[in-house]
Amino acid sequence: MQKSLHLDPNKCTGCLQCEMACAWENHRSFTIAKSRIKVFTFHHEGRFVPYTCTQCDEAWCMTACPVDAIRLDPVTGAKIVLEPTCVGCKVCTIACPFGTINYVASTGKVQKCDLCGGEPACAKACPTGAITYVDADWTGLGKMRQWAGKTDTNPATV
Amino acid sequence: MAWTKNVLRVNLEAGTCTTEPLNLQWAQDYLGQRGLATKYLVSEIDPKVDPFSPKNKLIFVTGPLTGTMAATGGRYSVVTKGPLTGAIACSNSGGYFGAELKFAGWDMVIFEGASPKPVYLLINDGQAELVDASHLWGKTVWETEEIIKTQLQDPQIRVASIGRAGENRVLYAAIVNDLHRAAGRSGVGAVMGSKSLKAVAVRGTRTDAYAPANPEAFFAATEAGKKVLAANGVTGQGLPTYGTQVLMNVINELGALPTRNHREVQFEGAHDISGEAMHEKRPTDGKTNLVTNGACFGCTIACGRISRMDPGHFSVKDKPQYHGASGGVEYEAAWALGAANGVNDLEALTYANFLCNEDGFDPITFGATVGAAMELYEMGVLTEQEVGFKLPFGSTEAMVKLAELTARGEGFGKVMGLGSKRLCTKYGHPELSMTVKSQEFPAYDGRALQGMGLAYATNNRGACHLRGYMVSPEVLGIPVKMEPQATEGKPAMLKAFQDLTAVVDSAGICLFTTFAWGLQDIQPQIQAACEGDWSEERLLLVGERIWNLEREFNLAAGFTKKDDNLPPRLLKEPAQTGPQKGAVSKLDVMLPEYYQLRGWTPEGVPTAETRKRLGV
Repeated sequence: MQKSLHLDPNKCTGCLQCEMACAWENHRSFTIAKSRIKVFTFHHEGRFVPYTCTQCDEAWCMTACPVDAIRLDPVTGAKIVLEPTCVGCKVCTIACPFGTINYVASTGKVQKCDLCGGEPACAKACPTGAITYVDADWTGLGKMRQWAGKTDTNPATV
Repeated sequence: MAWTKNVLRVNLEAGTCTTEPLNLQWAQDYLGQRGLATKYLVSEIDPKVDPFSPKNKLIFVTGPLTGTMAATGGRYSVVTKGPLTGAIACSNSGGYFGAELKFAGWDMVIFEGASPKPVYLLINDGQAELVDASHLWGKTVWETEEIIKTQLQDPQIRVASIGRAGENRVLYAAIVNDLHRAAGRSGVGAVMGSKSLKAVAVRGTRTDAYAPANPEAFFAATEAGKKVLAANGVTGQGLPTYGTQVLMNVINELGALPTRNHREVQFEGAHDISGEAMHEKRPTDGKTNLVTNGACFGCTIACGRISRMDPGHFSVKDKPQYHGASGGVEYEAAWALGAANGVNDLEALTYANFLCNEDGFDPITFGATVGAAMELYEMGVLTEQEVGFKLPFGSTEAMVKLAELTARGEGFGKVMGLGSKRLCTKYGHPELSMTVKSQEFPAYDGRALQGMGLAYATNNRGACHLRGYMVSPEVLGIPVKMEPQATEGKPAMLKAFQDLTAVVDSAGICLFTTFAWGLQDIQPQIQAACEGDWSEERLLLVGERIWNLEREFNLAAGFTKKDDNLPPRLLKEPAQTGPQKGAVSKLDVMLPEYYQLRGWTPEGVPTAETRKRLGV
């Protein structure tokens, strides 16, 4: 079964444990500037929204890369940056419609979410279940259940 | 190592920024944050200095767990000599600013001198410079943050700033970061204003500045800690759902909710301004005051309130800038802006709270000062002519008006900006100021809860609830249940709480963790993050050392035993209603025992033996 990161902004509190976990996993540092997942605060709406790469099936970053430095991980479905091959041309950052692949000046390479090889650190660190790693075919299951719960099948209460 | 080992020293007079290594011996003796900055301050300033003199210093400081995955590891403190009290001032804030300072590679920033013109400090990792802030002077906290981010074209920069209250030297001005988190009490923002320092803006991207000493043990300890917080009724359920506002109805029913300048101990409008009410749909627009809860950096509790006002409310009707969501009332603010002056309009409280965040002033001292002014008005001492409008208890319009005037430093707001001690003294009734060391009580009556009364009287930064929260045992039964009116065992429990709190405040984590965490949960996290052996015994000794260092500073500043006191109202006027009816504070019974347990003389001075034992 392929799994996918499922982001639920309604559960996010903006604590940034996910960003620290990502930075630690990839840079051995808690500095969230290096995180591949970002939580955006829409202050005047009172909303916190976690956002990262959704691993497009037809990945434009991968198509755009002139040196084939972005490869598919057949097990997880993640599109992975091969650092030794990446030349830092940043064409992928232009190709990506969502902004989730970014250049890292200190390494001269790009970075993006690689699903941590199938055990995403952000999902593990999230204290509220706003980030989960679930069956890729059923990311809508939670919402379906929520709405299903609102249907009234007991005529006696009508 | 969990410290970055770098201190940034900013001379505002000369306009210079220099780097110096952290005094590692002091880090071993005082841990970080509150303790460490206090050690620096005490070593560098004359305790008798005028808080607004350029010779006073202002320190922004993080702890070893700040900017780590330890739950709530995002705290920083501001330490200085406070203008409201004249005592040591140490105000603690959350939000995202503290962690960013650490990411940039700094444990501490020490400001000395005063700038000849308005400036702000811009920190970009190892680079620090003072930038002209003439265009920011006169702006609010909210405007300042937006302008800095826009001008630098960097939405990820974190800003801590003062609003007009700090510029105007309101004696309880706060420093506000991330729009609605504040180093709130004792007037640290006014000291910042006196130095013409408008803001500190930080961007931190370093990956090599610090790391836990033992990562494996660190993750084991912090993950265990998070499980304890999640499983606890207060930190796992109560605080996320209701915030600290979970207390409003509880404290009122216990007869410990100071009302109308402490004339009463129960407020008939308590429910209207409670955490429960924030969840109820408004009859006016069918929406709730509360939009969601929010977390500070690294916090797995998420007690923060994000509120949206009724846009039709009289206070904001034609002011769209207040129609969006922002930081809502916490318990202390709701009490001060509401019960302390008899106002039960949640929307008005939310508006006043927005103003406190927007212009940077402490809602506790402000609200309590409103209550004192209202009592003077009802006595006929303060007149409508003097104030500019009617000021009876319960007047929502008056409370709101005073919040606006105080922020801008206009009209009667100037007098309000002095706090209740100076206001009541000015009008001939110092006894009506509900303060210790000139700082206002928070939301628990010191008669109804005997331990809180003792905590207020002995607090090094004046009356406050955050240095020995006896509400835990006296109301919540944490770690053991103590009867509110009992005095037995209270001095010993308070001493233990004060010392433990000093450790928590020095570590980089939030005090609210201690609803669930004991030292046995905190110690392994500090041990794994920091070099050296940090046993529970050693940590408590560090806490006691910090408490005594603060005490020594205050004694040298001129405070004596007579300042460890409560207003006559709490000592002589019995509580009139509720379960604590008839209660007055039995401070005289508890204080001598407290001094003795502290190893102080009957005059409240640490003995030579105590000084030697603690190395203070």
